[in-house]
Amino acid sequence: MSMLHTVNKSAYERGTLESCVSKAAKGSSVLLIEDGVYSAVKGGTKAGVIEKAMGDVSFYVLGPDIKARGLDEGKLIDGIKVVDYSGFVELTVNNDKVASWL
Amino acid sequence: MKFAIQVNEGPYTHEASVSALNFVKAALEAGHEIFRVFFYHDGVNNGTRYTSPPQDDINIANTWSALAKEHNMDLVVCVAAAQRRGIVDQGEQERNGKDGNNIADGFRISGLGQLIEAGIEADRTVVFGD
Repeated sequence: MSMLHTVNKSAYERGTLESCVSKAAKGSSVLLIEDGVYSAVKGGTKAGVIEKAMGDVSFYVLGPDIKARGLDEGKLIDGIKVVDYSGFVELTVNNDKVASWL
Repeated sequence: MKFAIQVNEGPYTHEASVSALNFVKAALEAGHEIFRVFFYHDGVNNGTRYTSPPQDDINIANTWSALAKEHNMDLVVCVAAAQRRGIVDQGEQERNGKDGNNIADGFRISGLGQLIEAGIEADRTVVFGD
């Protein structure tokens, strides 16, 4: 069974990304939305949370939320995929369950 | 595929209401069905028709109402959360002796059973909140 996890707060503000990554089973997907996209910036002090889990979990960020914050898609941690809202919908369809970390 | 959506955050707070709206629009465009949107906790504040945001800002409540009308979507406001926050329909107005009501078009007030049912009936449940 595959699961999509959504995280909507920055790892610099809350512990939800770290909780999510510690619980996410191998083969799960994690989508960063809203302020959650800040965790995806390469070189940040919290970048290791994602980099360490990258082998077991697939990471995605919501493109419109990257753009809304003036962040550069080229400066995200390597291997993170950018999706739009239709990609968000597809991720919910392609996984059996959705867990929203709030 | 059938979706149930839960919104736990009020409009103009952070982003959850707008994220939920964008997700619902994208799901409908992809041909999916929104079985129900359930507004819980501060999310019930999405369901008042008395919001007047500045003209260059999105009117979130009206956008929900318009989507509900266009797609025959079921928008349910949690009754206990609504009573606490002053979201009132005709029935609640009469039951609680209020001098008016403020529920927006397309929204209805009901109980948590509606959320449970949506979780059972839908293929996926997606929660937006704070």
